[in-house]
Amino acid sequence: MEKEKKDIFESIWSLLASVKLAISLLIMLAATSIVGTIVEQNAEPAQNIKLLAKFFGDSFAPTVYNIFAKLGFMDMYDSWWFLSLLALFGINLIVCSLERFPKTWKLVQAVQRPMSESVLKSLPVKKELKIKTTLSVAKDEFFNALTASRYRVLEATEEGSVQLYTQKGRYVRLSVYVVHLSIILIFAGAIIGSVFGFKGYLNIPEGSMYNVAFKSPTEKIPLGFSVKCNWYETLYYEEIDSPKDFRSELVIIEDGKEVMKKIIEVNDPLTYKGITFFQSNYGMMPDTVGKFILDITPKNGPKATVWLRYGDTFEIPGTGIKGTIMDFSPALTRDRGTGSLITYSENMVNPAVLIKFEEPGREPYVGWILKRYPSTGVLNGGHSVIFKDYWGVEYTGLSVSKDPGVWLIYLASILMAVGLYVCFFMSHKKIWVNIAEEGKSVNITVGASTNRNRLTLEQKIEKIVSHASKAIEGRKS
Amino acid sequence: MNSSLFFDISAGAYIAAMVIYVIYLVTRNSKVGITATAVTISGFVCQSTALLIRWVNSYYFWTAEHTASGVIESLLRAAPLRNLYESLIFFVWALILAHLLVEFKYKNRSLGAFVTPIAALVLLFIDVTGTSKEIMPLVPALQSNWLLFHVFLAFLGYAAFGVSFGASAAYIVLITESKFEKTYLFWSFIIGVFLIVLIAMGIDFLSLSAAQRVQLIQSHFLKASFRSSSSVVVAVSWISAGGFFLILWWFGYGLKNLLTKLSITPEMLDDITYKSIAVGFPLFTVGGLIMGAIWANSAWGKYWTWDPKETWSLITWFVYALYLHARFVGGWRGKRVAILAMVGFISVIFTYLGVNLVLSGLHSYGG
Repeated sequence: MEKEKKDIFESIWSLLASVKLAISLLIMLAATSIVGTIVEQNAEPAQNIKLLAKFFGDSFAPTVYNIFAKLGFMDMYDSWWFLSLLALFGINLIVCSLERFPKTWKLVQAVQRPMSESVLKSLPVKKELKIKTTLSVAKDEFFNALTASRYRVLEATEEGSVQLYTQKGRYVRLSVYVVHLSIILIFAGAIIGSVFGFKGYLNIPEGSMYNVAFKSPTEKIPLGFSVKCNWYETLYYEEIDSPKDFRSELVIIEDGKEVMKKIIEVNDPLTYKGITFFQSNYGMMPDTVGKFILDITPKNGPKATVWLRYGDTFEIPGTGIKGTIMDFSPALTRDRGTGSLITYSENMVNPAVLIKFEEPGREPYVGWILKRYPSTGVLNGGHSVIFKDYWGVEYTGLSVSKDPGVWLIYLASILMAVGLYVCFFMSHKKIWVNIAEEGKSVNITVGASTNRNRLTLEQKIEKIVSHASKAIEGRKS
Repeated sequence: MNSSLFFDISAGAYIAAMVIYVIYLVTRNSKVGITATAVTISGFVCQSTALLIRWVNSYYFWTAEHTASGVIESLLRAAPLRNLYESLIFFVWALILAHLLVEFKYKNRSLGAFVTPIAALVLLFIDVTGTSKEIMPLVPALQSNWLLFHVFLAFLGYAAFGVSFGASAAYIVLITESKFEKTYLFWSFIIGVFLIVLIAMGIDFLSLSAAQRVQLIQSHFLKASFRSSSSVVVAVSWISAGGFFLILWWFGYGLKNLLTKLSITPEMLDDITYKSIAVGFPLFTVGGLIMGAIWANSAWGKYWTWDPKETWSLITWFVYALYLHARFVGGWRGKRVAILAMVGFISVIFTYLGVNLVLSGLHSYGG
């Protein structure tokens, strides 16, 4: 009974340690991952049924959809079987590495020993030559040549012969385990992130404040402090409606005090107490009346900022010119066909305010002032009314996340980059140089081996040999 | 100064080089071979110049709008790796660079005949699909220091994988013993699909007006052939495709004799396949996956969201990881690993073009 149990354990272990399992898992992960890139994930059923109808026809699509949904294809990367595959992959990686590590460690620790000439000649990289010189000169020059290539040379002397031997980069053999470890750390980081962190969102209207974020419309996550959006704005490139920047000013308020204030934009979030707010979305709030912010500057006078509502009237100080807010368009343009002014978007793509100006002794006149084109606000006489913003009608869409595992992901990234570099671009090289006296000459046999990149080692050996032989020649003269 | 003249010259040079490399294959005259290399190098120099000019132009384009931006920041934002057109051009540049390195290292010119057509096809693809060549303002999501490094390294990786694809395809032909081997059937199928899709896109291109061409992939993909509304056209397309497969399958085998005559050995091709994957894999992992994840985290707060681009790059990574493990610890050799190398590059094409053009997601800037 005991023995049987042990056998089962051993066979499970050897299955988990097998390369075949690793290969099968890689194939399965690659193949199944494809499904989720075709079927829209976490989407409305109708969307995927429409997609499936293209392949299976309208009548079968709902049935196929139900089967797919049962299999978890609609939220595939969170499904039990995909997570199990990943878990198995992780376990397989650990077991395989544990199984192989002792052997590699032995190779790393192994003491290099001198070898007989015949063994040297059987090595993958070898070179033989005969030079007229003495044993000690040849030994010195090969020693110098190897040392110049930064090898730490050992030597073994026998009657009439000497052997130099050296190795470099034995720790390179461990790099593959560094890469494997980094993958395990990524798994660990992902688990920590999903257990102790959260991913949510928060839409804050301009001027509003929240102390929670949302996982879903009904699921709230308390933040532990409040976040307020002072304003949101989309900046556009000149003359075209291609957005240049999305940004909002956020204020963090804790215990009634303002503790942080930052203008966030895409690629530049705000982080407070481990919770990060990213600019990810924006939009208009329906049926909301906002305030017009105007910068009013009389010619040669100081600038004044006013906040106004629809129908409000303001005066340009010291001029007697009065302005009244008449209308607003979030996206004003001139229709190419009819030439009339129209609003072409519900979003604030090209906000414009219509103002009626009344000046003593002149006919009243109206004009559109465009936010994106400040020159439209310069009046006759050099006064200016600049339209800064129609405030309070937009909201900023933030994604809110807390991920205490992310530092592990970064650490793993560094380990993986270093591990891969060492693994693919460095190697463990061993070199033996046997120098044997024969009359007035010496026979030199160089043998070398490496775990990777034989070609490079061959070139290196060529270089060392030519370096040493030139030095030996030089000594003669 | 305008970069398009230099781009046109380099495109012309690569197409000429392709022809000269093929002539070299047939005549095996070493002067022809040297000419092919010289033409490729001049094309490469022209293209490098064009890329630099475009970078400078983009730099001024950027600083005109972002007056507060510093020199380094502006250079990073202006790097010509910002849309589909620029990335395709850069892919060709990296591919030619990789090819020249292989040519000098292995002292064998004949591979040029297999790599330059890929470059020519990509350049053709740019024109056929009417990909916009304008310098466009950079959307906010791409305004990050990661852009340059992420795209640059990932594309060097793609180019290395491209070389491994060429070498493994040649390898399979070279070791095929009979036309009925499964590996060779697979080879004919893959190469056939590649060429047929390109030809079909060429037909799309010819059937469309200049204005419609811009939407070729999104709205008119294969609509002039396989997806035509006329069933006759569809039938003819499938029959011609079938015929094309047969011809390719029948005559593709002839490449073997040619390769043998050119003293290209299977060992050499296997070595090139491995070496280019050994270069491509770390570049792609670090530049594509790791930097992409870090950038995503700093822009969106999520380092991994399983969006199609991320998932496909992970699939690509799985395939090449499989190649490396199957070869080094799984004891796979020869055809089986060569097939993996081919599959890997198909996955690269999906990661790069398929996702940008067909599937939606966070990376949909390209189209």
